[in-house]
Amino acid sequence: MVKLLTIAIKQPSNLIMLNNDRIKQRLLEKFGEQLSAFSEPYSMLTFEAPKEMNLKVLNFLYDDEELKFRFLTDLQAVHYPDVKGRELAVVYHLHNLVDNVRIRFKVFTDIHTPDIYTATGLFSGANWMERETYDFFGVNFVGHPNLKRILNVDEMDYFPMRKEYPLEDQTRIDKDDEMFGRG
Amino acid sequence: MGRPVSYNVNPKKETTDISMADMPEGHQGEGFFATSLNKVVGLARRNSIWPLPFATSCCGIEFMATMGSHYDLARFGSERVGFSPRQCDLLMVMGTIAKKMGPVVKQVYLQMAEPRWVIAVGACASSGGIFDTYSVLQGIDQVVPVDVYVPGCPPRPEAIIDGVMRIQDLIGKESLRRRNGDRYKSLLESYGIQ
Repeated sequence: MVKLLTIAIKQPSNLIMLNNDRIKQRLLEKFGEQLSAFSEPYSMLTFEAPKEMNLKVLNFLYDDEELKFRFLTDLQAVHYPDVKGRELAVVYHLHNLVDNVRIRFKVFTDIHTPDIYTATGLFSGANWMERETYDFFGVNFVGHPNLKRILNVDEMDYFPMRKEYPLEDQTRIDKDDEMFGRG
Repeated sequence: MGRPVSYNVNPKKETTDISMADMPEGHQGEGFFATSLNKVVGLARRNSIWPLPFATSCCGIEFMATMGSHYDLARFGSERVGFSPRQCDLLMVMGTIAKKMGPVVKQVYLQMAEPRWVIAVGACASSGGIFDTYSVLQGIDQVVPVDVYVPGCPPRPEAIIDGVMRIQDLIGKESLRRRNGDRYKSLLESYGIQ
């Protein structure tokens, strides 16, 4: 029994454990200086790339025999109104189900040209998430098969989660501002 | 050893205070009773409302309690909750109605046959409630005419019963000609309903 255990423990030591440093090393070997802003908030590897490269990076993370990031956990956008020229961030959360490692990958875009290549070719699950991200932030996913609103009413003519719009409903006329301490 | 369970050990007195619907005003003598058709129809309608629950959130949970044995909406003649709008008289909208749900509420209302009544239960159905936001309809009276609003977030079952009783009052007093009148037609037209 003791022998069996030692064998079982010894075996994984032959492989290099996939950790954040190893992922970063593999990415830098492949893409070099094009990737930037590596950080590990709450020990989750986070980095960013130029927006034209998002599919190259995602494909590499997917296809690489060691990295195997083949599950798209989530995809969403963030609006930073104060950062001119890179107001919209599109964030990909990827999961390596074999080694149970997660990473976060960001691309930034100008809010006036919010064109990002779609990830639907790689992850079918991105279809819904990209529609939602388009619905709320107006990110134009180039090549998406059916990019239209999914959660909001079809008649909506703006992107409500952008910070330039007030959260409150603007069609409302019966609310007296004085009653809410902002008269 | 467990105590044997025995039921009905305290004999219950026979109830004598069953409330009956009040008799409408009229003339009666030996073998006849005369009143106006309005009142008879009103009496029948108000004590046999078929509600259509349109429950989307926590007010719907309160409605379930209202339908349950403790509060028992059936005491008010609303025993039969229908889930087909074509059979129902009273649309009970309970809960937040998102803007995307608005056309659905309207469609359900259109599918109901006249005469029909609507009760908005809770702050959200009445006014949007705390959800003063881009995605929520600020009161269902933007899409369908509402007869009674029940305040509360969520209202207690007593409040819902009170709302239903007010609807009963409205139904009992409604003139038979109301639904053919110009005023009612212009009300519906203001909602784009023919």
